[in-house]
Amino acid sequence: MAMTTLHDGFSEKGALIEQHFQELSARRRLYTWFGLAALVVALGGSLWFANETNAGKFLDRLPHFFDFVGDMVPRDGWEVFRALFDLPSPYDDGSFKYDYPEGRLYVIGSLYVPEYFHKMLETLNIAFFSTVIGMVFGFLLSFLAAKNLVANRIVRGSVRRFMEVLRAFPEVVLAGFFLAILSIGPLPAVIAVSIHTVGALGKLFFEAVENVDMKAEEGLRAVGASWVERVWFAIVPQVAPNFMSYFLLRLEINVRASTIIGAVGGGGIGELLRLSIGQGHAAKTLAIVLLLLLTIVAVDQVSAWLRRRLVGDQAFRSAA
Amino acid sequence: MTTLNPARRDEIAARHPAVLDRPVRQRFRIPLIAGGLALYVVYCWWFFAIGHVLGTANWGIAGTYLADWVSYEVRPEVTIHADGSMELGYPRFSPLGPNAEPDWVEIERGTMTRTVPAARVAAKTDEKPASMGFMGAGGSVGGTAAAAGADATATREEEVVRRAKIILNSSTSVEVLPSRVTVEHGGERLAVDIGGGTARAEGALPGWAVQKEPGGKITVSFGLSGWGEIEADDVTIRRRFPGWVNFLFDTNSPFHGRPLPEVFSLVTSGERIDPTRSNLALAWDNILYNGEWQHLDVWTKLLQTIVMAFVGTLFAMLLAFPLSFLAARNITRSRLSNQVTKRLFDFLRSVDMLIWALFFTRAFGPGPLAGMSAIFFTDTGTLGKLYSEALENIDDRQREGVKSVGAAPVAVQRFGVLPQVLPLFASQALYFWESNTRSATIIGAVGAGGIGLKLWEAMRTNSDWENVAYMVLLILAVVFVFDGISNALRSRLMGRPAH
Repeated sequence: MAMTTLHDGFSEKGALIEQHFQELSARRRLYTWFGLAALVVALGGSLWFANETNAGKFLDRLPHFFDFVGDMVPRDGWEVFRALFDLPSPYDDGSFKYDYPEGRLYVIGSLYVPEYFHKMLETLNIAFFSTVIGMVFGFLLSFLAAKNLVANRIVRGSVRRFMEVLRAFPEVVLAGFFLAILSIGPLPAVIAVSIHTVGALGKLFFEAVENVDMKAEEGLRAVGASWVERVWFAIVPQVAPNFMSYFLLRLEINVRASTIIGAVGGGGIGELLRLSIGQGHAAKTLAIVLLLLLTIVAVDQVSAWLRRRLVGDQAFRSAA
Repeated sequence: MTTLNPARRDEIAARHPAVLDRPVRQRFRIPLIAGGLALYVVYCWWFFAIGHVLGTANWGIAGTYLADWVSYEVRPEVTIHADGSMELGYPRFSPLGPNAEPDWVEIERGTMTRTVPAARVAAKTDEKPASMGFMGAGGSVGGTAAAAGADATATREEEVVRRAKIILNSSTSVEVLPSRVTVEHGGERLAVDIGGGTARAEGALPGWAVQKEPGGKITVSFGLSGWGEIEADDVTIRRRFPGWVNFLFDTNSPFHGRPLPEVFSLVTSGERIDPTRSNLALAWDNILYNGEWQHLDVWTKLLQTIVMAFVGTLFAMLLAFPLSFLAARNITRSRLSNQVTKRLFDFLRSVDMLIWALFFTRAFGPGPLAGMSAIFFTDTGTLGKLYSEALENIDDRQREGVKSVGAAPVAVQRFGVLPQVLPLFASQALYFWESNTRSATIIGAVGAGGIGLKLWEAMRTNSDWENVAYMVLLILAVVFVFDGISNALRSRLMGRPAH
């Protein structure tokens, strides 16, 4: 760049400023290099540690990586669809690998819902139901945590701490605990995901509440409205679109979360996926992955469309 | 709110018709949504069979499991033989260790002549090899009986328990005599006659005692202090103590059961317990390989979780960074490369972290490499999408400015684009680092390394809830610390105060 020749011809003061600038940038560069070096050391150490404590070493396993990919190729392309729709397979030899019609869930007569669709519906229901529960409680808690609505520091602080704990508590522990009490089924997953959602949505909600325009609230206060009336008529109409948008965002996350919880023992499609990958059932695995991929893309698209309608492009500015 | 008078209302309605006469759809929107959600809840109630599941749930055990998080039980068991002799024992792996004689169990011993099957005596001496060394007398008695093992029975003098009194707290105690058990709790007294093969309460049962069938087992519960079962030939008491037992040293350690100051003085100035190494090394080794708490293993797994999140997110950021320049349509003016990279991001993101985790667990074997790769793949998609969106929203004037002085294309990106987006990029990567520390726990449970699997295994036993509590506390501490670090770094990067 053409900026190198500017050094010459400075006045005395100018040269001093220039010198300071050089010193500052040199120091800054030093810090940058220092930070980078620390990062590289941490990364190297981490990689070494991960490799040491892994069951198979990275370099030993790498040549076999594609063996596994080879295991995941079905006998022919139609097998995936037969597995997906529970149609009988021509390769059926009585083993679990090809027993697709086994999982059919008959509704009326010979009309049936394929197993994977049923399980996918279960996972979706887990996600949606727990997002609804999370929204109801997060909604109620958020007003108690907002600085502009609750002056009492202790109430506000304790509600916030409570939501933080709900958010940080590992979902897998909640699922495991309720699995021990309620026995196998989707309900432990619902409870685990709901509890986490209350904390996560509550935080987003109260931050939205703190950013509202307080003029409407002041107007209602002036005519003597109670706290509940002020919240309901002044705050809620302002934040409702934001809340809906956060609800949809959370729904996307919860569809993924309930799949994972399912794999850990909470029922739904996740469990079937873990079993079929573990047993090397190529067509079944691909069918589930395909269904899951399509569902997640569909949920994301619908949610993005609704959010865009609700709050415009603002919903996409800070997706994090 | 005070009500309006009709004249005022009409006046307002005339001025603002839109406020009071909104379309039906708008007016009933909230009740409609609420009604729809209520219907959905009813549907879910049916779909998940919630009423049935809650009805059949074992709520009684929930309290015990929760109590196990922060307390432990010691289970003395008094066995009453038909000839009126008694024995006091503790199950294997009792937290007090073998040969414990706690001061809350009062024992009165005596000798009596017993006729016992010889085979049983021999079996008994085999059963407790550890006690041989410590109880020389008992061992030799067993030995003589075993020597006379050809006979069906053997008659000998034996030291037996005559009376045992187990004190659970200042107002609760259980006294066991060969034919009678007396339980005192909260000023009430329950006497149980256990002679003749049945357990019969003398008088009515107090509220804290339950007998399901006459003559059968009587269960007494003392709230937080514990509970017990009284049968004709066996009295089992479970006394609950608050806290985590044997947290530093397990029962096999020479330091077990010693108070902390004593351990400290042993470590600093005591005689060597193990002549081959110092007491400090021995104590440290005993802590790390504590059989109940498995500190070394837990810490290793926790570090794996942290490493998985760190490396996964860092690699994802490094790959998403260049790719996002290809995906942003204002930077790379090629529809093809925009679309290809964007669809790649979508694919990586939509194939769930779970699927990647399961795939890589098959490929690399269980361990942090699988979890790391899963996080790397998913987050390359997510970060790439966010980065390319950030790039598409930059202010174009800075690029034009740099371009106008004749800079090379790379320099245009370096000085015209990077300064605008770098803080945002770093901040988003930090946010994902933090959130991945949380999600790395859960994908661990499917075998992708880290503390998740250990946590899951501890929960499946249904008896190691204190270990679960310990790991949860460690995870919470790590999450809160990383939350703080990430928040502090992000607010510094973005130049606004931390919230």
